[in-house]
Amino acid sequence: MAEFWTDFLWPLILILVKILAFILPLLLAVAYLTYAERKVIAAMHLRKGPNVVGPFGLLQPMADGLKLFIKETVVPTGANPVVFLMAPVVTFTLALVGWAVIPVSEGWVVADINVGILYLFAVSSLGIYGIIMAGWASNSKYAFLGGLRSAAQMVSYEVSIGFIIVTVLLSAGSLNLSQIVRAQSGLWYCIPHFPMFVLFLISALAETNRTPFDLPEAESELVGGYNTEYSAMTFAMFFLGEYANMILMSSLCVILFLGGWLPPIAVAPFTWIPGVIWFALKVSAVLFFYLWARATLPRYRYDQLMRLGWKVFLPMSLGWVVITAVALHLFGWLPPRA
Amino acid sequence: MTTLDRTLRSFLLTELVSGFALTLKYMFKPKVTLNYPYEKGPLSPRFRGEHALRRYPSGEERCIACKLCEAICPAQAITIEAEPRADGSRRTTRYDIDMTKCIYCGLCQEACPVDAIVEGPNFEFATERRAEMIYSKQKLLDNGDRWEAELAMRQEADAPYR
Repeated sequence: MAEFWTDFLWPLILILVKILAFILPLLLAVAYLTYAERKVIAAMHLRKGPNVVGPFGLLQPMADGLKLFIKETVVPTGANPVVFLMAPVVTFTLALVGWAVIPVSEGWVVADINVGILYLFAVSSLGIYGIIMAGWASNSKYAFLGGLRSAAQMVSYEVSIGFIIVTVLLSAGSLNLSQIVRAQSGLWYCIPHFPMFVLFLISALAETNRTPFDLPEAESELVGGYNTEYSAMTFAMFFLGEYANMILMSSLCVILFLGGWLPPIAVAPFTWIPGVIWFALKVSAVLFFYLWARATLPRYRYDQLMRLGWKVFLPMSLGWVVITAVALHLFGWLPPRA
Repeated sequence: MTTLDRTLRSFLLTELVSGFALTLKYMFKPKVTLNYPYEKGPLSPRFRGEHALRRYPSGEERCIACKLCEAICPAQAITIEAEPRADGSRRTTRYDIDMTKCIYCGLCQEACPVDAIVEGPNFEFATERRAEMIYSKQKLLDNGDRWEAELAMRQEADAPYR
C-alpha cells in the first residue's frame, strides 16, 4: 500500500496539481485576451471598447462566458452529432495539451521532454483535425468551405514554420525547449535570425487563423467559417481553443526567438524580476502584435495567401536554413553536443 | 533602379511598417465614443422624432380637424374623425397615429396650418408591445404637454429659416 502511494498516487497528484497550475492561469489569460483584443482594437478604431460590466469593463469576459454557458447547444438536423460534438472538444483539448512542454521559467514545466518542440509541432498539426471535423460534420456549405480553407492554410504555413524552427534548432543544438532558452542567454535569436523571427510572427498569424489570414472565418463570405453552426458551449470551446492556440504560438515565439524567461540584460535590476514575469511580459508583447495586426491589416485573398506561403515563405526559410547551417559550420559556431 | 527600390521596399515591409505605425498612433488619440444613455449627441431643432399634439397657451387644443396631415401622410399612418363640439367649434374626436407605419418624413407638421401636430425631439419611445405603438389622441396631447417647452424652443430656433 505504501508503495502504491509513493510510486503511483503521489506522482499522479503532483502532476495533476502541476497541470491545474498551468491550465487555470491559462484559461484566465484566454478570457482576458478576448478583453484585451476588444480594448486594443477599439482604441485603434477611436472607440472605448467594453467599459460597462465592472470597472473598465473588466468583468466583460465573465459575462460573455456566463452567457455562452447558459445558452442552448443547437445540433443541426443534417449534422453528424458525434463528430459535430467531438470537434470543439478536440480543438480545445489539443490547444491545452501543447502547454505541457512550455517552460514558463527555469524548471517550471509540466513535462521537460527532450523532443519538446517536435511534440509541440505535432500537437499544433493535430489541431487541424478539430477544424476539419467541425467543417465536415456541420453539413453546411459555409462551415465546409471554412474547414477546407483552414486545413489548407494551416498545412501550408506549418511547412515554413518547420524550417524556421530548424534554423533555431541548428543554433541551439537541442529539441528541448528549456535548452533552447538557455542557449539564448548570450544573444536572443531574434537578432541573428531576425528575418526568421518576422517570418515566424507572420506564419503564426496564419497558423492560428488570425487576421490578415482569417479566411477560414471570413465573416463577409463564409458567415462564420467552420464554426458557423456552433452555438453556446461548443462555440465557446472553439473560441477558447483558438485563443489558447494564440497564446501557445506566442509562447513558442518567445521561447524560440525572444529568450523565453531570460531578462533582456542579465544585470541587477532585471535579474531580480522572476522569469515567469519576463515570460508573461514577452508573451503579452507578441499577443499585442497579433491584436495590432488585426486592427491594421485587411484580409488576404486566398490565392495571395497560398502564394505567400509556398512561393515566398518556404524558399526564404529554406534558404535561411542553408545559410545558417553553412555559417555555423564555416565559423565553427556549432553548439556543443548535449 | 526602380526594380531595386521596389524589391527593397517589399522585403523591408515598409508598407506594413507605416500601416502599423498609423494604427499605433491612433491608439493614443482621444476616443470619439459617446457613453450613450449617459451622454447624448446634439440634435438639430429640425430633428423629427416622436409626434405630439400641441395646445394654445390657454389650454385649448390647436388641432382644427382640417385633415391635411391625414391627406398628406405618405404612409397613411394618421386616422382622424371629427365632429362639432358642444360649443360649435370643429374638433377631432379621434386622432390616431400608427407609429409602426410612420416613416418620420415630417410632412404632417409641414401641412399643419396651426402647428398642432409636430414631431418632437424625443426618439427614445421604444415599447415592448406593438399595440403601444398605436398612439391615440390622448397620448399625443399628453406628449404635447410633456414636451411643450422644448417644442416651442425648437420652433423659435427654426423660425428664421422658414
